[in-house]
Amino acid sequence: MSGTFVGMPSFPKAAHEAVGDATLRANLRHATHTIRDKRARAVAELDDWAALREAGKRIKDDTLRHLGTYLVRLEEAVTRAGGTVHWAADAAEANRIVTDLVKATGETEVVKVKSMATQEIGLNEHLEAEGIAAYETDLAELIVQLGEDRPSHILVPAIHRNRGEIRDIFREKMGSWGRPAPEGLSDTPAELAEAARLHLREKFLRAKVGISGANFMVAETGTLVVVESEGNGRMCLTLPETLISVVGIEKVVPTWRDLEVFLQTLPRSSTAERMNPYTSMWTGTTDDDGPRTFHLVLLDNGRTDALADEVGRQALRCIRCSACLNVCPVYERAGGHAYGSVYPGPIGAILTPQLRGTTSDIDASLPYASSLCGACYDVCPVAIDIPEVLVHLRERVAGEGGKGHRLEKAAMKAAGWVLDHPSALAAGERLASATRKLHPKRLPGPGARQWSDHRDLPELPAEPFRDWWKKNRT
Amino acid sequence: MTPQPSSRDRILARVRAAVADAPEAPAVARDYRTSHTADDPAGVLDLLHENLADYRAHVHRTTPDGLPALVARRLAERGARTVAVPPGLPAGWLAATDAVRRPDEPRLTPYELDGVDAVVTGCALAIAETGTIVLDGGPGQGRRALTLVPDLHVCVVRAPEQVVASVPLALPRLDPTLPLTWISGPSATSDIELDRVEGVHGPRTLEVILVAGGLT
Ligand code: SF4
Repeated sequence: MSGTFVGMPSFPKAAHEAVGDATLRANLRHATHTIRDKRARAVAELDDWAALREAGKRIKDDTLRHLGTYLVRLEEAVTRAGGTVHWAADAAEANRIVTDLVKATGETEVVKVKSMATQEIGLNEHLEAEGIAAYETDLAELIVQLGEDRPSHILVPAIHRNRGEIRDIFREKMGSWGRPAPEGLSDTPAELAEAARLHLREKFLRAKVGISGANFMVAETGTLVVVESEGNGRMCLTLPETLISVVGIEKVVPTWRDLEVFLQTLPRSSTAERMNPYTSMWTGTTDDDGPRTFHLVLLDNGRTDALADEVGRQALRCIRCSACLNVCPVYERAGGHAYGSVYPGPIGAILTPQLRGTTSDIDASLPYASSLCGACYDVCPVAIDIPEVLVHLRERVAGEGGKGHRLEKAAMKAAGWVLDHPSALAAGERLASATRKLHPKRLPGPGARQWSDHRDLPELPAEPFRDWWKKNRT
Repeated sequence: MTPQPSSRDRILARVRAAVADAPEAPAVARDYRTSHTADDPAGVLDLLHENLADYRAHVHRTTPDGLPALVARRLAERGARTVAVPPGLPAGWLAATDAVRRPDEPRLTPYELDGVDAVVTGCALAIAETGTIVLDGGPGQGRRALTLVPDLHVCVVRAPEQVVASVPLALPRLDPTLPLTWISGPSATSDIELDRVEGVHGPRTLEVILVAGGLT
């Protein structure tokens, strides 16, 4: 994965610093609670939510089971529609492919749509080293980029910044990247958004190369899908002459019809809207509409390792809605940076160690950065059993480390951090599944996976978490 | 010399090896609803109106005869003096406006588009439950940039034939080989302390005109 986070301290150290930052915590708390309440209302509007969630899970499981077939089908369809498909085994190869493609256009700047895949591979830094300026165009990403900062949330990457800070960043930094902030810029969101509009528009209008990710790729038709709110995505996807999309191999769905599930579950889980303001779908290239050249870079970068893990592979179902972040009591206190990767929160705690392996302190500590309360599983629109994977990865870390080992220590510290933060923990324990996943073995009974069936049952294993911890870990 | 396997072959081999022993995934059940709305065209149209307005589109209703005057009024009230015209837009729609027409034939450059105040288009269909209009670049809709760069988008929806209740009812009516743009309200961001602001990069104003009573 990206060099961005190399040298991160392990979770407890980073989390400790975050907890000391009052602004960050207040912002995070406000954000996560607001979004989670709205999400619950948006989901409640659909009385077939459980069926949609189950369908989403099964579509993704079928995709993963036959991923090779669907990827080849996708490649054929994209090629037939006038696109070119490239395969990248790791970050270095993906960066090299993209750099060569940009250089072949003769351009030295590109506009970018927010994309976790390109963050994961550290594309911007790589392009910069090759003399190519990559402009992030999502408002939050712009704030992060101008502030020489890192994103802290999947959906609202600059949620750790408040309006005063954003105004200062715009005033100080916009000028060195292009059009400066307007004179007398205030800190109202409307004025700040207008400043971003003016600053970026000149870049959109002259852009010759756009770089994006994708939320979905349809194997059957070769269609790529990007959902967004601001229109910066539409700008990058349609105004340039060349479009390069870097997409993880797990983002494929088999059929056009499958979108009917995810276009209902993603916006409601993510921004709590019935539908996000803009969705763009394109299949290869179209004469006289949009880019004349389209390249798709299919990215592995650890995904096949995750796929090989029979418990862990379910993390590849993730559609990056961020609902699990917003309900996580640990994320709420620790903030996104503490997870040391572009994937924060509960999904980051299971995805990052699988993509990168568990040989570094930060990655070994991530599976312990959780109270195992199960709230993340409950909200996940593709029913990823995050607690199950966490426990599974803990076993892996324990197996690699052994008592007194460096990794064991990192892991224990992360666990200790969670235990030391009673409100994070209590929030977890109030959800009655607290003990559900503490034991590495699954609960007996056919309904054990459906925690929603269980959460009202008071007679789940009675042993309090702290007692169990003491007995088993000290 | 044995050639190195390409990354394509290596990735596909790794993918296949990773799941070789995995059990078959259970068949996908499609027992979710095709629609959450009663099958009543008037009710579906009302729902579309309500959901578009809820996401801050400005919604108006008229008949085929009233359309030209309404389009003219919307443009005038927003101060639009120039209007981009996609190929195939029914000429009558702009019959009553005195805004200067900027036809997109030959294609306007991005800078020229940036100098245009508004665009008037039709659509491929509209989805009531989500308050979404979908454009597919067909006649009267124009290429994607046309509805993106100008600050005001006036979109005409013909009811009932272009209105569907739900996302599952919309997809089979759309052609994936065409470039599709789904629009649910104007451009918006909530990136600054979660305060919603309309209009970052796309049009700040979306006016949707629902025309009932058959329009050709
Ligand atoms: S794990 Fe589930 S809830 Fe979390 S971001 Fe992914 S899809 Fe959303």
